[in-house]
Amino acid sequence: MAAIYSIYIIDKSGGLIFYKDYGSKGRMDTNDSLRVASLWHSMDAISHQLSPTTGCSGIELLEADTFDLHCFQSLTGTKFFVVCEPGTQCMDALLKVIYELCTDYVLKNPFYEMEMPIRCELFDINLTQALLKDRVVLLGR
Amino acid sequence: MQFFGGSEISPSPSVPTTTGNNAHMIYVFNRNGVCLLYREWNRPLHTLNPQQDHKLMFGLLFSLKSLTAKMDPTSAEKGNLGVPQLPGQGCSFHSFRTNTYKLSFMETPSGIKFILVTNPRSGDLRETLMYIYNLYVEYVAKNPLYTPGTPIRCELFNTALDQYVRSIP
Repeated sequence: MAAIYSIYIIDKSGGLIFYKDYGSKGRMDTNDSLRVASLWHSMDAISHQLSPTTGCSGIELLEADTFDLHCFQSLTGTKFFVVCEPGTQCMDALLKVIYELCTDYVLKNPFYEMEMPIRCELFDINLTQALLKDRVVLLGR
Repeated sequence: MQFFGGSEISPSPSVPTTTGNNAHMIYVFNRNGVCLLYREWNRPLHTLNPQQDHKLMFGLLFSLKSLTAKMDPTSAEKGNLGVPQLPGQGCSFHSFRTNTYKLSFMETPSGIKFILVTNPRSGDLRETLMYIYNLYVEYVAKNPLYTPGTPIRCELFNTALDQYVRSIP
């Protein structure tokens, strides 16, 4: 029983730099995941225009029938979002953890080029560990 | 004395009612994208003119529905992005939240879309939208002088809607 279905990271221009799927039936191929990521980036931008008050920073949570989508936007414009089961708690904390892992294992990696897809082994390993720990904690509650 | 379809009254925008309102605005669209109703109670910021605003809202909903249908993690068979979905087909979203507003969405089987924009701390407003749909059925759909597909100009509907929205916590 997976609480988290998939994780996406988008750079500030809307291109997908990281996509990981954790066992959902709706696994997408590369092209589709690229399209979906760009679409999300555009929808986020449009949601600014429709805000009734000033100071809108973007969509934080999208609730659908079969999943929830939590999004975190860093100050530099990089978006981290996670697709999870409806009603999953503490996704904001998880997104901040992923952001920290990204800064540590990706951005501080001297061989990583900005705006390119993330291919850092240490990031993958630590991300999986963080998720497993999270799941254990969630199930243990 | 009751009368339906006040012809000289323009549908929007209305003078903001009491300050006890938690809702910012409401949109009602039909399946072709015609904006049947737009009422605002509390909207300090207008980014675009009304026509563009309605089109943008409809476009956003269309694209978000397409996105959720494609991203659905529980179904393996999906169409391509951008293919129009029938009401009830594919996974649809019911709300999204930003730091300044929460948008709640409901689509009826006949393709009428209800959108309510409230403050971000609102809870699940699906029952609220269902109630508003029932108001629509009673005051608009059953109104013999109302032509489907045209903007709603029913004073009773507007009054009932305002009264109900004022009572949303």
